Amino acid sequence: MVDAQMVREFTDLLSENGVITDEVGLRSYECDGLTGFRQVPALVVLPRDAEEVAGAVRLCAEYGMPFVARGAGTGLSGGAMPVADGVVISLQKLRRILEIDVENRRAVLEPGVYNLEISKAAAPHGLYYAPDPSSQQVCTIGGNVAENSGGAHCLKYGFTTNHVLEMEVVLADGSVVTLGGPTGEQAGPDLRGLFIGSEGTLGVCTKVTVRLLQTPQSVRTVLADFPSIEAAGDTVGDIVDAAIIPAAVEMMDSLAMEASEAATGAGLTVDSPAALIIELDGPADEVEAEFEQLTAICERHGATRLHVPQEAEERQKVWKGRKAAFAAVGRISPDYIVQDGVVPRTRLAEVLTRIADMGRDAGLRVANVFHAGDGNLHPLVLYSEAAGEHDAAEKLSTDIAELCVELGGSLSGEHGIGTDKACSMPAMFSEDDLGVMHRVRLAFDPDSRCNPGKLFPTPRLCGERPGKYQPHPLEEAGVIERL
Amino acid sequence: MTIHPTTGPGPDFSSERGEKTSPERADVLGGAATSLGHGSFDDHHPPAQELLDDCVHCGFCLPTCPTYALWGEEMDSPRGRIYLMEMAKKGEIPLQGAFTTHIDRCLGCMACVTACPSGVQYDRLLEATRPQIERHVPRTRADRWFREAIFTLFPYKRRLRAASIGGALYQKLRPKSMDKLMARVPQRFERLVAMESLLPPVRLRDAFARIAPRTPAVSSPTHPTRRGRVGLLTGCVQDVFFHPVNEATVRVLAAEGWDVIAPREQACCGALGLHAGREAEAAERAKKLIATFERAEVDTIATNVAGCGSSMKEYGELLADDPEWAERASAFAAKVRDISEIVDETLADPRARRHPIEAKVAYHDACHLGHAQKIRTEPRRVLRAIPGVELTELPESEICCGSAGIYNMLQPEAAGDLGRRKADNIRGTGADVLVTANPGCLLQIRKYLDGELPMLHPIQLIDASIRGVRPPEMG
Repeated sequence: MVDAQMVREFTDLLSENGVITDEVGLRSYECDGLTGFRQVPALVVLPRDAEEVAGAVRLCAEYGMPFVARGAGTGLSGGAMPVADGVVISLQKLRRILEIDVENRRAVLEPGVYNLEISKAAAPHGLYYAPDPSSQQVCTIGGNVAENSGGAHCLKYGFTTNHVLEMEVVLADGSVVTLGGPTGEQAGPDLRGLFIGSEGTLGVCTKVTVRLLQTPQSVRTVLADFPSIEAAGDTVGDIVDAAIIPAAVEMMDSLAMEASEAATGAGLTVDSPAALIIELDGPADEVEAEFEQLTAICERHGATRLHVPQEAEERQKVWKGRKAAFAAVGRISPDYIVQDGVVPRTRLAEVLTRIADMGRDAGLRVANVFHAGDGNLHPLVLYSEAAGEHDAAEKLSTDIAELCVELGGSLSGEHGIGTDKACSMPAMFSEDDLGVMHRVRLAFDPDSRCNPGKLFPTPRLCGERPGKYQPHPLEEAGVIERL
Repeated sequence: MTIHPTTGPGPDFSSERGEKTSPERADVLGGAATSLGHGSFDDHHPPAQELLDDCVHCGFCLPTCPTYALWGEEMDSPRGRIYLMEMAKKGEIPLQGAFTTHIDRCLGCMACVTACPSGVQYDRLLEATRPQIERHVPRTRADRWFREAIFTLFPYKRRLRAASIGGALYQKLRPKSMDKLMARVPQRFERLVAMESLLPPVRLRDAFARIAPRTPAVSSPTHPTRRGRVGLLTGCVQDVFFHPVNEATVRVLAAEGWDVIAPREQACCGALGLHAGREAEAAERAKKLIATFERAEVDTIATNVAGCGSSMKEYGELLADDPEWAERASAFAAKVRDISEIVDETLADPRARRHPIEAKVAYHDACHLGHAQKIRTEPRRVLRAIPGVELTELPESEICCGSAGIYNMLQPEAAGDLGRRKADNIRGTGADVLVTANPGCLLQIRKYLDGELPMLHPIQLIDASIRGVRPPEMG
């Protein structure tokens, strides 16, 4: 528990402005982008540099406090949800771009730097940072490391793990270690790779060195409407069979387009059953030749409209239509759950048909926005809390994730397991698998104080029904309060 | 009982609202009462549940919020503030205390409205929340006094003029040693220091000059007909401290074929009060202004002040409950145009020839123009129409300069950090001149640029181009 002595020590370390103890302040940190799961932390601290982060973690160790590192709090799996009686270490004051090394095409960043800021800072040198989650304007590189975030362009360029060279990490006892190396190559086991995607359960990263790529010479994008989801899915298959590796292949269904168009006016056809956004990049000749092939494939599958934005500005508008889709769904439904799962690309049409059937059975609408190129689905389950549809929606969402596993895919493509899907982990991993993961975790964090309760199923967590915050009857009666 | 804890001088509008109050309201003064189903809010336009529900907590607003950019704290972000409103609405937290602190710290710049993909109307949420605070949260005596002083001075042109004599005298006699003295003023007087440092160079001749009530359109053999009748809002601070901007506006409108009517009896539009939560006061001012411009029988109402334009366009909502005024307010609001919108429309068929001005021009989006009125392309287009002008964009253009109405007087520390940040971004462009369409921004940025480059309203550049003269302050 928090006592005055402890608060004093944090205040001495971080100054008065770096420690939040009042109820209202603490409650504003009770959830991240997944609001269904809430937990008020005991303390929120805002260190200003790596040294203060290490100091804060050491203090947590001294007092035996569990802690959660938090970036922009945009995660969709409850990974940054606070731990009961724990500390939230916000990295939002560590936003400096420490170095852009043009010659070696690297950037050294503090963890709170927004993903998009990296590319903005690199742009004058003809460079950019490739992984581009849809929330790239606000999600931070530290959060990207924790979740091994992807994005539309991961089909060709890979995930965060393919772009992070080196990290400075504070371990649970407050010690500071360096994982990886400036060239990205090192002997021995890849601890850097292990840390990326560990969702804050192994430590807090305080400095990240990423690879920068040269801005492609040429970029061509097409927005293609299709008469059915199947036709769009078959198009994706044929593109891959033609040995074309697009920078991105994204699919949206009509429900998702309706919402996004209302929010962005990106030029999506709202009554089209499906659309693909396909982008090619690279040397101009190659892009031109493949683009012709690509449009021919689209036409062969009955594309009803091919919109080819000419200017960069127009292209960005199309992408905005895609990237704003999650949040835009708020316009067509009071509540919704963003799901994240992966299926083998060849089973796209099958999984979509089954999701549609499951939605019908549950009496709920499901919108689909996803990275079609690598089979990463983002079904959005729409429901109304007020109409009492929450439990049905939560069940449908979980069933969809587990369906992905059944079809030979994964519980999560890029949003992480977090709090949301910890209880589904046994659907994908055996007890032995989970046991090994747990032992690895204990090697880094013997007391399980780094983001406990996330990623791995725990009896306490999974014994309770997962889902949206539900007040205890005594709370409703005003007898007790949960702060 | 009265709802407004108005004790200072100035008009007292409490009686009109007083009739509407319910006795329960006395119980919720800053407390977490759960009566009336609005939690800690009273039942007079509390933040609507459906507007709160629009927020899905995605966080896309965070990077453009000025206070979040400064501090990185959740409760000082749009998402966090909406979360607090939600808690207050449920009666879980009182208005007094932390809630008021975090809402007070909001600049009301509306950058979050631009950034939000879910279409959350934070502007409406904030405008519903601020009057609740003004009604129920007792302010400290010093705070109350300072706010009253602002609202007793700024919305009154005559009082501003009188004050400008003092200001001019003060600036003439102000010894250099004042800087040192001001630097040592105790913290609790920092607001007064902020106010002092914002005072622009006062030119008494400008302060007392008046715009002609009627200026006919310039007619020529090629364009014998006029485009119409435009009523000009001359503004308060604008007319006293930036009178040349009004003169330039009239000249450009007339040159482009408009008859310009500037009613002498017009008073403050109420924007300053509206944005600070003084709803009843703003409503009274709105009615007076509507009546004034109805008498003037104009086709369009022009303003060159972003903040005034934004609130005049909202008169319909402000007076929606008042059967006598609702329709008149909507009709008025529909006629309101920012000067850049009007000039932009004439670009298809311009009447006045533009002479070249060779200059690298940095354009700063005033929040109440860019975010609140979504007017971003028009000012850029009318500036680009001047031959020789090279327009440059500012980094972080979506982030407020810290002026935000009276914010830089009430929250000087945050405003100072934002002002310095904006000045650094402007310096980085290497521009010859900075233009922006709001007197508040001009005062604020001037303070941190410290005379490094000339600063103008866009209309002054257009006016100079039409007349073929060097723009003011540009030598």
